[in-house]
Amino acid sequence: MSRHRQKIKDSISIAITGSGGAGVMTAGNLLLEVAAQAGWYGLMVRSSGPQIRGGEAAALLRFAHAPIECLDDRFDVLIGIDWQNIHRFADEIPLDGASVMLGDPDQGEPPEVFAKVGASYAPLPFKQMAKAIPGSWPNMIALGLAAGLVGLPADSVKSVLQKSLKKGGGEKMAANLAAAEAGYAAAANLPAVPRLAARVAPGASQKTAPGASQKSAPGANEEFAPGADARWLITGNQAAGYGAVRGGVRFCAAYPITPATEVLEWLAPALPKVGGALVQAEDELASINMIIGASYGGVPSLTATSGPGLSLMTEALGLAVAAEVPIVVIDVMRGGPSTGIPAKSEQSDVNIAVNGLHGDAPRLVVAPNSIADCVTATQWAVHLAEALQCPAIVLSDQYFGQTRAVVDPPADIGAAAARLKASAGAEGYKRYAITASGISPMAIPGTPGTAYTADGLEHNERGLPSSQSGDHIRQLDKRAKKLAQYDYGERWAEIEGEGELALVTFGSCTGAAREALARAAAEGIKARLVSLRLLSPSQPERLAAALAGAKRVLVVEQNHTGQLYRYLRAEYDLPGEVRSFRHPGPLPLRPDEIHQQITAWSRS
Amino acid sequence: MNAPAVAAPITAQAFKSDYKPIWCPGCGDYSVLSSFTKAFAKLDLQPENVAVVSGIGCSSRIPAYTNCYGFHGVHGRSLAAASGLKLARPELTVVVASGDGDGYSIGGNHFLHACRRNVDLTYVVMDNHVYGMTKGQPSPTTEPDWDSKLSPGGTGLRTFHPLVIALAAGANFVARAFSGDPNGTADIIADAIRTPGFSFVEILSPCVTFRPEQREWKQLARPAPVTSTDDAARAARRIMTDDGFNIGVLYKGDRKPYQPPIGKGKKRPSDLEAEFAL
Ligand SMILES: Cc1ncc(C[n+]2csc(CCOP(=O)(O)OP(=O)(O)O)c2C)c(N)n1
Ligand code: SF4
Ligand SMILES: [Mg+2]
Repeated sequence: MSRHRQKIKDSISIAITGSGGAGVMTAGNLLLEVAAQAGWYGLMVRSSGPQIRGGEAAALLRFAHAPIECLDDRFDVLIGIDWQNIHRFADEIPLDGASVMLGDPDQGEPPEVFAKVGASYAPLPFKQMAKAIPGSWPNMIALGLAAGLVGLPADSVKSVLQKSLKKGGGEKMAANLAAAEAGYAAAANLPAVPRLAARVAPGASQKTAPGASQKSAPGANEEFAPGADARWLITGNQAAGYGAVRGGVRFCAAYPITPATEVLEWLAPALPKVGGALVQAEDELASINMIIGASYGGVPSLTATSGPGLSLMTEALGLAVAAEVPIVVIDVMRGGPSTGIPAKSEQSDVNIAVNGLHGDAPRLVVAPNSIADCVTATQWAVHLAEALQCPAIVLSDQYFGQTRAVVDPPADIGAAAARLKASAGAEGYKRYAITASGISPMAIPGTPGTAYTADGLEHNERGLPSSQSGDHIRQLDKRAKKLAQYDYGERWAEIEGEGELALVTFGSCTGAAREALARAAAEGIKARLVSLRLLSPSQPERLAAALAGAKRVLVVEQNHTGQLYRYLRAEYDLPGEVRSFRHPGPLPLRPDEIHQQITAWSRS
Repeated sequence: MNAPAVAAPITAQAFKSDYKPIWCPGCGDYSVLSSFTKAFAKLDLQPENVAVVSGIGCSSRIPAYTNCYGFHGVHGRSLAAASGLKLARPELTVVVASGDGDGYSIGGNHFLHACRRNVDLTYVVMDNHVYGMTKGQPSPTTEPDWDSKLSPGGTGLRTFHPLVIALAAGANFVARAFSGDPNGTADIIADAIRTPGFSFVEILSPCVTFRPEQREWKQLARPAPVTSTDDAARAARRIMTDDGFNIGVLYKGDRKPYQPPIGKGKKRPSDLEAEFAL
């Protein structure tokens, strides 16, 4: 190979861009599959313009030998199949003097915003190359090129393409295989891009985040992990759907909304296979009331939506609180308020999730902290909702939902739906009986002798409407107590590291925070991470223990007003000095910006 | 073989709860309640297999007054809750109780889509042309010149025509009843329950407090002069040209109810993992 000096890194980032119809997402997805097949970990974030179909698009990929949870601060490679409107991605694809841009000279020069940071540029005529192979597409040239540049094996490209093009027929497959090969071969004559450092131990993955170890030996980058076939390639939205099924959900009613729709599209064919069903409702008012009805009927039920839908659902969430009907609502957060930025991520629904119901309405709010955790957190949310006869909101976001990643399969936490049910003919049955735990047996329609009326009106223990202060206070206490007394175990938060500086965060900021801490640790700065999985009810004693000895607390989140910061200040006594680090979407919080906060604060 | 013991037929009384209604004396809804319990007894239903679902309003108070499973949800969403229940538990008999405000105003969208979806439900709307519970505001079926505090001099808006709208939206069974005839109403409700698909029963049920003039409905209501048809266009023409007091089943179709096959699939959740595996 005619490669010159190659930099060795523990992760590689590559962006593929192009206008509508260029096949950017296809190329990106196939590249991710090639990497997965070769035993790498990786992820692909989708970014697209506002057009419904056919607008500019960017596939943002990152690869490593360890599981990856976030994008890096910058990109090593930018491949432009064409450059139409691609300048719009300038903020999302940070380049620098070490970055390499590859583009088709027939499509013009790369946009000035990219060139001005000093990234080098090498031309490659994708279109002409594809034309020379009748029936092939330029994006397949780009796929081969990307694989060749980062050093993925040609065999993996071939087998992934063969599998993916099987439906297209022999000629199409041959042409596009040839195109990918041509792209792959062309990579050899282009400027070198960094290569992945060798895996730490063959056959086993390096379990720390990229950035944690800078010490891996250079050179052995042709080493691919055998046994990696146990891994999954999954999006957060699919993961949440699967977590719901694992948790026991068998009914879903929902109204489509970006970026939650894929949860529903995954559940629609999956639920019937396990004896369930999905119904498309006429709006979110219908979808949430439908799942309340189904769950009242004894079937664990769920809906998925995003901010605008969650806003419409708040009245019925209160009904589920008052009538004590377990339901789960997955909120795949996007930029808000109002219609906001539909296809981009933001963690700005904390307020509505933890506080957004009228009346005193205790509810569960659970946030996954990685794509794989979308399975576990959703399964846990179903379990908690069922056990506590209460609505649970799962706060996912567009980043998790629509990002596809190679993950280690999350273990089944064995937390199946566990609803306390009344038995037939229970003597003097009282649906809302005051009990020590606050949980009272729920009679399921069809059970003889325990008929009752579930009611959103305040009621007495039997469920009969009551406006008396005694009944109101007893039922308010009951509903608060059952959530407060429950033992949430270790799963309430992910706690890592030690030190007098603590980062408190949740959701999709966790990956970047973890990586920032690893970089700080490599520089000798000790700090700890607390990523909250259970946002509501708050866990003051547990957080106090997790933060014991901390002198500085940095609250990290992706929104404009510091919604988590304010919530923590209201619900907890945080030790020492507390600061908020945040910015709104659509740009993710990158490891470097958090790392800078850590180093600046620990040196001050 | 021994002959099985014959259980005594269930009575309407068995479907009445011991909870005292909050309704004003003379309210039409008392009779509707008794028509519900009569219809259930007539069909020999077991209380544990019946669910009465409602929203908010005087009329929506019915669930707690019946002795079967009940669900008293939020204003306007009874059809959604009932649809979820029936789809998840198809073996139950699900009857929905609503009012002209609950069903035609705040819940209007669900009304259209419930007719269209044709889930096997019975939807009973107690229409008194007024918001009773909130003390006398105009509803979608209130006459344009009806004077009230909220709409002095009347709304000036034409009234909504629920029966025709139900037909246009796809309801499979459409009937008009009058609370002043509890036995006739019980027969219509029983017929509605027996007929598969979405059955809509609009009951003229006077609000004696805010619309005392509705006491006169007793003189106006009469059996429809023709029997029901299975021709929706003919039914619509009849309904649009009658005076609003023809009582009886007006339309009966044979559309197949919407019911996804719940409980059929036998795969385990882990069987679904294959699609994620590399
Ligand atoms: C979201 C919401 N908005 C408003 C109300 C107040 N409200 C209660 S009942 C009702 C109208 C009920 O009218 P109708 O359905 O005709 O029932 P009726 O009392 O006449 O039987 C209204 C507006 C409410 N409970 N919830
Ligand atoms: S206000 Fe009217 S509808 Fe309500 S209970 Fe009284 S009479 Fe009946
Ligand atoms: Mg009314």
